Amino acid sequence: MKKILAITSIIITASLSGCLKDDEFLSKQPTNLIGEEQMWKDPGLVLSLLGNLYNRYYDIETVEDWASFANLNDAFPSENGAYGRVQNVDWGYGDWGTWDYGYIRDMNLFIKKCAAADKLEEGVRNRFLAEARFLRASYYFELAKRMGGVPLILEPEQYDFSGNPTYLQHPRAKEGEIYDFVISEAEAIKEVLPANVNEKSRATKAAALAMEARAAIYAGSIAKYGVNTPQVTLPGQEVGIPAEKANDYYTKALKAAKDIIDGQAGAYGLYTKKPDLSDNFASLFTDKANNPEAIFVEDYKLQSGKTHSYTLRNQPRSTAEEQEGGRLNPALNLVEQFEKLDNTFAPLATQSGSNYIYYNTPTEIFAGRDARLGGTVLLPGTLFKGKPVDIWAGLQLGDGSVVTGDIPGARKVVNGTEMQVVGYDGPINGYEFIAQTGFYVRKYLDPTVGSGQRGVQSDVWFIRYRFGEMLLIAAEAAFELNDKETAKDYLNTLRTRAGLTTPLTAADITFDRIVHERRVELAFEGHYLFDMKRWRLAHIVWDGNAMTAADLVSNIGSATKRNTQPWGLWPYKVFDPTSPNNGKWIFKEVLPNRVLASDRFRFGNYYSYIGDDIINNNPQIVRNPNQ
Amino acid sequence: MKRKHNLLILLAGLMAFASCKKDNFDPPGSTFKGRIIYEGEPIMVEQNQVRFQLWEPGWGLNGAIDVAIDQDGSYSAVLFNGNYKLIIPKNEGPFMTKSTGSPAKDTIMINLQGSQDFDIEVMPYYMIRNAQFSQAGGKVAATVKIEKIITDANAKNIESVSLYINKTTYVGANGNMQIQRKDSTVNAATDLNNLQLSVNIPAITPTQNYVFARVGVKITGVEDRLYSPVQKITF
Repeated sequence: MKKILAITSIIITASLSGCLKDDEFLSKQPTNLIGEEQMWKDPGLVLSLLGNLYNRYYDIETVEDWASFANLNDAFPSENGAYGRVQNVDWGYGDWGTWDYGYIRDMNLFIKKCAAADKLEEGVRNRFLAEARFLRASYYFELAKRMGGVPLILEPEQYDFSGNPTYLQHPRAKEGEIYDFVISEAEAIKEVLPANVNEKSRATKAAALAMEARAAIYAGSIAKYGVNTPQVTLPGQEVGIPAEKANDYYTKALKAAKDIIDGQAGAYGLYTKKPDLSDNFASLFTDKANNPEAIFVEDYKLQSGKTHSYTLRNQPRSTAEEQEGGRLNPALNLVEQFEKLDNTFAPLATQSGSNYIYYNTPTEIFAGRDARLGGTVLLPGTLFKGKPVDIWAGLQLGDGSVVTGDIPGARKVVNGTEMQVVGYDGPINGYEFIAQTGFYVRKYLDPTVGSGQRGVQSDVWFIRYRFGEMLLIAAEAAFELNDKETAKDYLNTLRTRAGLTTPLTAADITFDRIVHERRVELAFEGHYLFDMKRWRLAHIVWDGNAMTAADLVSNIGSATKRNTQPWGLWPYKVFDPTSPNNGKWIFKEVLPNRVLASDRFRFGNYYSYIGDDIINNNPQIVRNPNQ
Repeated sequence: MKRKHNLLILLAGLMAFASCKKDNFDPPGSTFKGRIIYEGEPIMVEQNQVRFQLWEPGWGLNGAIDVAIDQDGSYSAVLFNGNYKLIIPKNEGPFMTKSTGSPAKDTIMINLQGSQDFDIEVMPYYMIRNAQFSQAGGKVAATVKIEKIITDANAKNIESVSLYINKTTYVGANGNMQIQRKDSTVNAATDLNNLQLSVNIPAITPTQNYVFARVGVKITGVEDRLYSPVQKITF
């Protein structure tokens, strides 16, 4: 006991004396922190700071959030916890909102300090500055999309502790002013940024131009179509853009998109590596090697901590690499949007008169359509990772009755023989993790082995801007500027890749065409909601009325077609040994029985709710209309 | 030991009660209720879709109390006594507020001291008069007269008139509040004094021998529909 005491006291004395000896203790440089001065002379450290800003980029509907794709009825969420997405009537006014002025402040601080960092080489510093301005403009664009006009703050403001914060309170800018800011920033930085096709996850000249093109087309359509909803405006133009500005914005959108298309920002082009057009379209999203189509992406990397579970969550269930998958089921509503190869719209033919149409294979019904269908949706009977997807809802007997099971791959005795009566991948109503609509998603699904395992996951990137969208923007802008000839050329370029061999003529180009082309090309890429909002179509498309089967199959290709409930298409195998149709397939349109409500988009949803806390802190903020 | 335990429980129990008494204050006790009316008649809307706001000024932070209007045009809120500003937000409801000069909102001052009945006068674009429902041969038929109330520069046309039926007493344009509907577009030739609609009664599971019916009017450029009273129809 005494010994221990002695030793302890020696240790304590020794440690104390150590402290006491160091006179410089309080002014020692910390070894675990990097100071401002060190920071701003090392490009590597500045890049890591910028990396933090890149990481905080705001997206909507990305591969990290599969369920958000099921919010708008282009897909059904096959997971018990997610059925609420098809059982809601109204979206909350606060949905899709964002108000992250902390992020803006950090970007402003970065820009201020970087501009003053004279120890960095000038070219390097200017690139960093341009990237930070790109990110700041991107976030202001995101704010404008969701909230309308917001306070435009470009300086890191400081509170002076005087007790009077009013000098920090800024009113909302006009919605148009935010778009003007985004466009002018893009113009200012585009020449500073590298024109390098292989740089995908950092800002490039093409990324700046793409942001400009998208912002301008948004602003143009809000100006042009805002007149259809006079209720969705504010007297101070915090929401709403005057109609006379439309052409100006469309001109800018066309020019920016054209610069990319004409190769002025590098050799970008459509992805055309694979001979099979559906495979080609699917690969466009998963191929990260020399992909000329991707302009700006959110990148991921295996074994680095930055991976995502999109493939794990959504892979076909029966061949899944983990007891997981099958969550995101594209809806028939979307599948029917894909045209026939002769450029006409037609529902998938399930019946002729009152008789079923019999198909030899489950995929035959989808034949002769836009190749993007097979690239976007995993159809019954097609392959994923080399294994077939087993989707069929039951056996259709000769007497018209149906035999089916309530677990995937259920077996029953039919006519004295035991056989499988439902597919291993569904569909079964209310059975989660299988294709309840009869489809799985394919876009962004990673074909790499291991991507469906929890321990590995996927590093497929999420494409924020791609070449295909630029063609669509150019086509839309040209159409709105009454140049259908140009619009047709851009659309045809895109459609040729999709396997549509008959070119559109200038007379074919209508507003509905533009709307339709964006919907099929850009499905599950986070565009649908904002497209419907900027064209002021959202309250028409999601009008709260239930959809009947007749609604579903009529007016395909019309921009105002209702889309309030996600429907499915269920294949049945005919079992009738005495009939020539034995072994053939029939199809039925089905509304999954977990769909209990039809969505209604209210005028108050066009711009998200600004929180009471924000308005209390800054009484100059005016509320958004209809809330 | 056991005795000690019991004592502890008793002590804990006592403490719990003591804290209740100290920390809580009286709940709000005044009921503020009434209807949205035009010339004494309630204006019927869709359940929980039309609302007004109550603001109580004088506090550090402001937040509105939203009061939703029921489908028969009535509302009710339990509040603390105090001075409130009653505000009907712009574009809310199938009506205009009385002081149409104000560009954004209409404000009514409410001094609430004890429970109070208060009818809010507004100017509807139209009124549905004399709605009559009947059923025969598996159909529900309705006859209504639609009277134009606002006829000056603020007047609006009717886009469509719909007949809705539902299993429950909640009936409306929303997909959850109807089992069947019939929309009828309205044009210059339509006789608004004697508008007739009919809708098939679909199969109901589980079976019931009654439905609830209601007529809704969609006014051009107005989000919220105007409705007739809900009528129970037995067959």
